[in-house]
Amino acid sequence: MSALSTDHLLGIKDITKEDIETIFSTADNFKDVLNRPIKKVPSLRDITIVNLFFENSTRTRISFELAEKRLSADVINFSSSSSSVNKGETLIDTVNNILAMKVDMVVMRHPAPGAAKFLSQHIDSQIINAGDGTHEHPTQALLDAFTIREKLGTVKGKKVAIVGDILHSRVALSNIFCLQKLGAEVMVCGPQTLIPRHIRSLGVEVSHNLDEALAWCDVANMLRIQLERQEISYFPSLTDYQLQYGLTIPRLNKLKKEITIMHPGPINRGVEISSDIADSEHALILDQVENGVATRMAVLFLLANKK
Amino acid sequence: MAKPKQILDKSQLNLTLKRLMFEIVENVEDFDNFAIIGLQPRGVLFSRMLKSMLENEGKIKNLVYGELDITFYRDDYRRNESSLVPSKLDIDFDIEGRNILLVDDVLYTGRTIRAALDAIADFGRPKKVELMALIDRRYNRELPIEADYVGQTVDTRGTGLRVQVDLEGDTPKVTMVESKK
Repeated sequence: MSALSTDHLLGIKDITKEDIETIFSTADNFKDVLNRPIKKVPSLRDITIVNLFFENSTRTRISFELAEKRLSADVINFSSSSSSVNKGETLIDTVNNILAMKVDMVVMRHPAPGAAKFLSQHIDSQIINAGDGTHEHPTQALLDAFTIREKLGTVKGKKVAIVGDILHSRVALSNIFCLQKLGAEVMVCGPQTLIPRHIRSLGVEVSHNLDEALAWCDVANMLRIQLERQEISYFPSLTDYQLQYGLTIPRLNKLKKEITIMHPGPINRGVEISSDIADSEHALILDQVENGVATRMAVLFLLANKK
Repeated sequence: MAKPKQILDKSQLNLTLKRLMFEIVENVEDFDNFAIIGLQPRGVLFSRMLKSMLENEGKIKNLVYGELDITFYRDDYRRNESSLVPSKLDIDFDIEGRNILLVDDVLYTGRTIRAALDAIADFGRPKKVELMALIDRRYNRELPIEADYVGQTVDTRGTGLRVQVDLEGDTPKVTMVESKK
């Protein structure tokens, strides 16, 4: 085990299998820390981190902020709605102004794909991508794979179906890269309109039938229907989507095996997943959230050591 | 430069360990309120030997034992070229109000122990913390820290040597070897 091969975390595509394993074993240690009476270590006490959120987020922002505080870093939060971005300031100017106040690391969510990479090429700071448009969401993929590893012992050889809006999903793309690097098989499942045309070139299976995907998989990762990104109609109605791709108890009961259910949140209850499943023991949704903090602590800790 | 030399061979190591074991049996009044904490990564090999000797020869029952990793508490983080690798942490008892014996293989600058004291404080407030080191490299301290129990004291000043503790395998030994540059 060694240092990470990268100075930034822009996407899972850019990191190696060894990087992912290093992050996981470090996250194991941080999970121990999080279960102690005092859930805090002094590792990053000389580091200041800014959380730049140009897009709404509850879970990811809180998770990052908590991870930073558990590592004793100083934290600044920024959201675009209350900032000078509305006055026409460019991204580079905004970030350089923040860095002039001696900030060491930037965690950024931005609606434009590639925004994190662009920033890493133009400013002198470490960047962690917390979601860039429909491109990547690396820490979500890491915590998903970490949760699978924790529940099933290993990721290698497991079959994971990613169900729903693959077209608009940065979670799907990062998950595909991450799972494949760790040796899992991946299938994407959803209506034809929400599956990118050339997705097979990534080496994933494609299905348009949820029952078929469930019968195939060990883990079903149910993605949220992104109501805010449906600028044209990709399916007739939510009811129609629910009937074809919604995960329900009768659907699970038809299977001759137990499968593990995941969801990156926020859940549209009764659309992609029914309430009774979301609250059942098969669903790891809250484990994912818990593991999110430990995984992000590991990423921040390992990247900070690179400077 | 001085030649590498052996400090403790297998039988000397065993004698030293036995002496330290008896010192603990003599000094600890209440083993129910006592705990040994070995320091990861290298101190735990020594602390495990001590633990089994206390249980087998000292006849101490229900000895409370844990292992502590101090990676996240080190003060050379980001000042060191090599990356730090955390080890397993295993403390499943309450530290609050307990008498703790920290165990490490080599006491050198004292910085590891400083970090360990910080780490322990995050688990609770012990009544007392004592320190045992198999080897004490005297005159090299960078912090005001001393051990309460010492196996062997060595002086490496001006020799360019460091202490290598090798407790694994059939022939455990402690030697002085050339420092890695």
